[in-house]
Order: sequence, then C-alpha cells, then structure tokens
Amino acid sequence: MTTLISAKQITRYYGKHCAVNQLSVSLKKGQILGFLGVNGAGKTTTLQMLCGNLAPNSGEIYINGLNMLTQPKLAKRSLGYVPDTPPLYKDLSVHEFLCYCAQLHAVPKATIKAAVKLAETRCGLTDVSDRLIANLSKGYQQRIGIAQAIVHNPDVIILDEPTVGLDPLQIIEIRGLIRELGQKHGVIFSTHILSEVQELCTDVMIIRQGTCVLNTRIEDLPADKSLEAIFIELMSLPSAGDL
Amino acid sequence: MIKIIAIREFKTLFLSPLAWTILAILQFILAFLFLTQVENFTMLQPQLANIDNAPSLTDITVTPLFGNAGIILLLVTPLLTMRLICEERRNKTLSLLLSAPLSNAEIIIGKYLGSLGLLAMIVALITVMPLSLLFSGTLDFGKLFANVLALLLLVSAFASIGLFMSCLAGHPTVAAMGAFGALFVLWILDWSAGLADKPSGLFEYLSILRHFQAIQSGLINTADISYFLLFISLFILLSIRRLDKERL
Repeated sequence: MTTLISAKQITRYYGKHCAVNQLSVSLKKGQILGFLGVNGAGKTTTLQMLCGNLAPNSGEIYINGLNMLTQPKLAKRSLGYVPDTPPLYKDLSVHEFLCYCAQLHAVPKATIKAAVKLAETRCGLTDVSDRLIANLSKGYQQRIGIAQAIVHNPDVIILDEPTVGLDPLQIIEIRGLIRELGQKHGVIFSTHILSEVQELCTDVMIIRQGTCVLNTRIEDLPADKSLEAIFIELMSLPSAGDL
Repeated sequence: MIKIIAIREFKTLFLSPLAWTILAILQFILAFLFLTQVENFTMLQPQLANIDNAPSLTDITVTPLFGNAGIILLLVTPLLTMRLICEERRNKTLSLLLSAPLSNAEIIIGKYLGSLGLLAMIVALITVMPLSLLFSGTLDFGKLFANVLALLLLVSAFASIGLFMSCLAGHPTVAAMGAFGALFVLWILDWSAGLADKPSGLFEYLSILRHFQAIQSGLINTADISYFLLFISLFILLSIRRLDKERL
C-alpha cells in the first residue's frame, strides 16, 4: 500500500501555547483514519497543517512523497480539504462554484465538465446544481463543501467534522460517501461521535493536548471494551503537564 | 491561475449591487462635472480667441475632469478593495485558496487584477465623455492619453494600498478606513510641504498628487511613472508577505 500522508513529529505553537506537540500521522491508500479528541485538543490545527493552511513550527509533512513545506504547489494537488466551516462563495450557483474549484485545482479544461458532474452526482447535488449556494440548507452546503474537495479526484481527502449539524438521514448519506471515498482514496476525518469512528474507520487516532495517546487499527482495539470506555479512560489519565 | 482568480473576482464584483451602484453614481457625478466644464468653455470661448497661447478645449475640459475623477476615486477605491482578502478570511473561504495548489503571489495578484478590471472600466467610461466632444470640436489626443495614463496609474496605486489594507484588517470597514486614511495622507502630504518656509523634498516626492498632476499635464516622465510602479509593487509585495504570515 502506498503511503499518502506521512507527517513526522509536527509541532505547532500559538504564541506560547503548544497546540500540537511532536505528533506523527501516517495514512495509506484505502485507510479511513478517525481523528478524535476533546475540544481544543489540536485536531483542527493538525488538519490545517496537513493541508498546508498552517505551517508547523517543526517537523515534516509529506503528501504522496512530496514535501508540503518545500513543494507546496505539487503536494497540494493530491489534497482535498473540507474545513469545519465549508468554504463557499454564497453568491455563486453550485455548478459555478464547483467549476471554479476545479479550475483552481488545475483540472484540465476538457475534463472540468465531467469532473464537476461526477462530484455533483457523488454528493447528491445534481438537483440543486443551478441554485445559489446562499439559498441552500446547511446539509446541502456541507455536501458542496465535500464536493469541492473531491472534484479534482485527489488521493487524500481531509474532512474536519463533516457531520456536524446534519439531520440523521444526511449523516447516514455522508458516512456512506466517506466509506465509498475510503476505498479508492485515503481519508482523514475528525469527529466527536465515537460510534461514527467505530462504524466507518479502519484506523483511529486519539489526541489529547496536542499529543497522540492512541493510534491503532480498529480491529486491534480490545474486544471487551467499547471505544467510548477507552476514550474516557484515556482522557481521565493525568497528562504529562500535570505530572 | 492568476487569470482564473482575476476573472472570478471581477465577475463576483458584478454579482453584488456594489459595482453597478458605483459605476452609476460615479458616471452621474462626473458627467455633471464634465458638463459644467463644457459650459465654462463655451462661456470663455470669445475671450480665449483674443489670447495668444490660450488654453485649449482639452485643457479646460479634460484635465479638470480627470483631476476630479482622481479625487472621487480616492473615496471609492477603498470601498471596492476592502473585501478582497478580508471578507474571504471572515467567511472562512480563504482556506479554499490556501489549500488549493496556488502560491500566495498568485492569489494576491489575481485578486488585484480582478479589482483593477473594474477600475479600468471606470477609467474607460470616463474617457468616453471627452471623446463625445469630437462631434463638434477637436481634442489634443496626446494630452488626453496622458490624462488616461495618469488616472490608470493612480487607481492602480489606490487599489494596491486597498488590497494591502484588506490583508491587514479583520473587518472590511476597517480596511476601507485604513486605505482611505493612507491615501488621503499621501494626497495631502504636498500641502504641508508648501506650508513650511523650506519645502520638504521628501514629502514632495511622496505626494501622489504631485506625480499625478505631472503626468496629467502631459509631461510623461520616467520618474513619475516609476514612482507609481514602485508604489504598486511595494504594496503588492507587502500583501503577499502578509498572506504568508497567515500560515506561520
């Protein structure tokens, strides 16, 4: 299996506060990595660093073997990122917006139409293709956010809390989509819903105060304990800072 | 890539009523001022006939028109440029550009050219007004060209400072106020230079107005052109640096 993401010992400070401390992440093709942690644990910061939106203070990030810091333009070609707030230009129609995203990601002109159509079909946006994004519901906007990240068929897809604020049916749809994406791509997504991880992911990573406290395959989790029990146990341990 | 961002930016301006309103209001005000100048000329015409080396139709109508346009655009450009980066940051859409395979320079220059497109359109519409005089008179095309060039350079400089302020500010209104303040100070620097007993060479050089008027008078000087080019490059570079800092 090819390694898609390999981040080594990345550290990020906000002023004096250390948000992410010596964290290493690796993702292979066909893996879906669930990223867990309480609020403020450094999930979003880590994802932003993996996408090149933030620079780590130290450490290295390789996407598909390309260094994010020295060859950002090439590395970002194989990335699709859905931030916690989907980045949408609300005064465009869905179709216009996705075409623009395809152009930004250097999809060849001849294949833009087909790429946008495929993304729309995969995310169930065909019916609303001509509507203004501002007039669509949050669920649809979330789906446009995902469509935007897969329109250029990237190897790695990174989603930051993709199911927040969606109704149960939409959550099931989005999970189905993530599962489908996981077969051909590598997917990392952060969430607060533990059952979601158990149901969807092949791997799980739990971080606490910016350091990794658990990184394992779902199958390797102890069978007698639920993920929830493990999570609570890990969170109640005294942290390195307290000792 | 620059082209894609620039075209998107230009089109987005026309999706909101802002661009249309600005175009309409500017055109109305400047047409009114232009008409006053033409009226002035018709009143002065008999007297001008008796003077040697009298100011021409171009001097009386075109130069004041472009001068007024410069002042009005000083007020308007910050409103056009305030949203460029600032609003992307506020709406959290900046991450779309930051995670796309684009360099920061491409983002900034694309945005800059997009807004410059609208400003160039305004300049073109202003230029049409004096051209209408050709129905019944003659124009000094050299001077007209100098005026168009001066105004184009002026708005390009305005836009570059507006873009930089938009990179700095957290709110579009703050960006607009900052850009307006900076431009106004650069505009009036020349006045204070005149107040002192000894005019300050530095202030005189920094004043936008002085360079603008020099080109406007028909004297296209490399020094003035390079002033504007340096000005524009400085603020574009600063904007790129500022966007780089966003990641650090």
